[in-house]
Amino acid sequence: MAHLDENPLGPHLPLDPLPGHSSMGRLERVLRRGEFAVTTELNPPDSANPEDVYERAAIFDGWVDGINAVDASGANCHMSSVGICALLTRMGYAPIMQIACRDKNRIAIQGDVLGAAAMGVCNIMCLTGDGVQAGDQPGAKPVFDLDCMSLLETVRIMRDNSKFLSGRKLTTPPKVFLGAAINPFAPPYDFRPYRLAKKIEAGAQFVQSQYCFDVPMFREYMKKVRDLGLHEKCYILVGVGPMASAKTAKWIRSNVPGIHIPDSVIARLEGAQDQKKEGKQLCIDIINEVKEIEGVSGIHVMAYRQEEYVAEMVHDSGVLKGRQPWKREPNPVDQLVAERIEAARSGQQQDQQQLAEKAAQHPH
Amino acid sequence: MADAVQKPGNAAPAKKAATGAFTPAGVSPNRRSRHKYTIRLWAVRNSRFFEWFYHRFAEVFLLLHPVWKLFGYQRVERPITFVEKHVKGFLFDCRMCGQCALSSTGMSCPMNCPKQLRNGPCGGVRANGNCEVEPDMPCVWVQAWKGSQNMAKGDAIMNVQKPVNQSLRETSSWLRVTAEAAAARETAANAGKDA
Repeated sequence: MAHLDENPLGPHLPLDPLPGHSSMGRLERVLRRGEFAVTTELNPPDSANPEDVYERAAIFDGWVDGINAVDASGANCHMSSVGICALLTRMGYAPIMQIACRDKNRIAIQGDVLGAAAMGVCNIMCLTGDGVQAGDQPGAKPVFDLDCMSLLETVRIMRDNSKFLSGRKLTTPPKVFLGAAINPFAPPYDFRPYRLAKKIEAGAQFVQSQYCFDVPMFREYMKKVRDLGLHEKCYILVGVGPMASAKTAKWIRSNVPGIHIPDSVIARLEGAQDQKKEGKQLCIDIINEVKEIEGVSGIHVMAYRQEEYVAEMVHDSGVLKGRQPWKREPNPVDQLVAERIEAARSGQQQDQQQLAEKAAQHPH
Repeated sequence: MADAVQKPGNAAPAKKAATGAFTPAGVSPNRRSRHKYTIRLWAVRNSRFFEWFYHRFAEVFLLLHPVWKLFGYQRVERPITFVEKHVKGFLFDCRMCGQCALSSTGMSCPMNCPKQLRNGPCGGVRANGNCEVEPDMPCVWVQAWKGSQNMAKGDAIMNVQKPVNQSLRETSSWLRVTAEAAAARETAANAGKDA
């Protein structure tokens, strides 16, 4: 039997659009089918070597439905998310392109959205971005021309109305599945569910949460979200991840903005013989707890510098229920690229004179 | 000296770094101290009053529409902007974005947010309700949420705000609102006449 997310005419062919879907990607398909989705984050390399990206992506092969290409997370300089997405789509991975409002104004962002969609990026995640003070270059100029909400709206308008923010028409709109971030663990706590409502109104179709270490707090949040009926309008993926040690947990708590780690978690890590193993176990326990909460559609595993454990944790928690995420997402232009490479390889001589004449005869 | 390594997050950066003293991570890089926010916070606490007052004030401004029209909106722009800038600057630390959202943000000016967010708090708000970027400043949006709870039309905080139009900076939003209200009133009157 062909895989559920496979073109019946052959796995190398791009997927047909489904009615009611806003993208051709499989993350949207998985979520809309009601399956438990798993996404993860690629640690962006500080290098110009494409192999680094391929190597880091290969670890997740067959375990995740989407790979977040982060946009200078924590305001630290890395390979750009557009660049990572270009490499990932080329290799047939399904990236979720993050766009942070910190570094680009609305002109650059709209251009990037078009470029990304043309490369075959099916999922875009709209973020505000950490302040520049958090990163390695605190002297940078913070842009913040749009905020995450107006960015969501901008991309939604581009997709649904085929228009730029200015009203100028697009000939082909970017078919993307729109994501956003939520942080239920920061004040003002009672406003957070309403903020999710605002994001949904602005265009968010799925959200990934900040690291969840405080499950009771998350339950409380989800209760409010269910009361507002938001879990039916948007897919909620809970952010989880392993902590390497109690020391890192403490450091993250006091130095990384927006991450709430309760004392009990740190005490549990400190009390363990093997802190790294305990961190992994803690993460699996949290996954098992949150997957039972009504309204949770998946998890987002952030295992910074512990990417090799993602597969293990996903396996051990059993969230995929035997489902194997599809390994290769065909790009609509794959065939064209293959033909061109083939032509180049066959070594056909190009007659310059002939080519010029042909071009002169045939404007466009 | 562009390559000089900056010490991040330090209260009196140069001086303190020179002594080699320990500085905790939760200290603001610039030295604005809390008392600078007193009036802004007071305005948020009294957001209900300011909401009421602004409505009366906007009505008066609309009544004065013939006067503005007589002088020409262009010509009164500069003096009004001057007054607006200083009054709102004193009360709300107004940044003159020219498209005031105070009534939708609990009388807490969103342009004081280091990320200039106009649609709610980012995920980086500290557990004590202070800003991620400026640890000594109470988060503008935590205040906004408190302020909006006091207001009769506090629900306006749920509206999705449009991106800031940077070309309207340093212009009077009082006059813009008045002109728009007057124009809306006229079209309504004309529509009534036609019907």
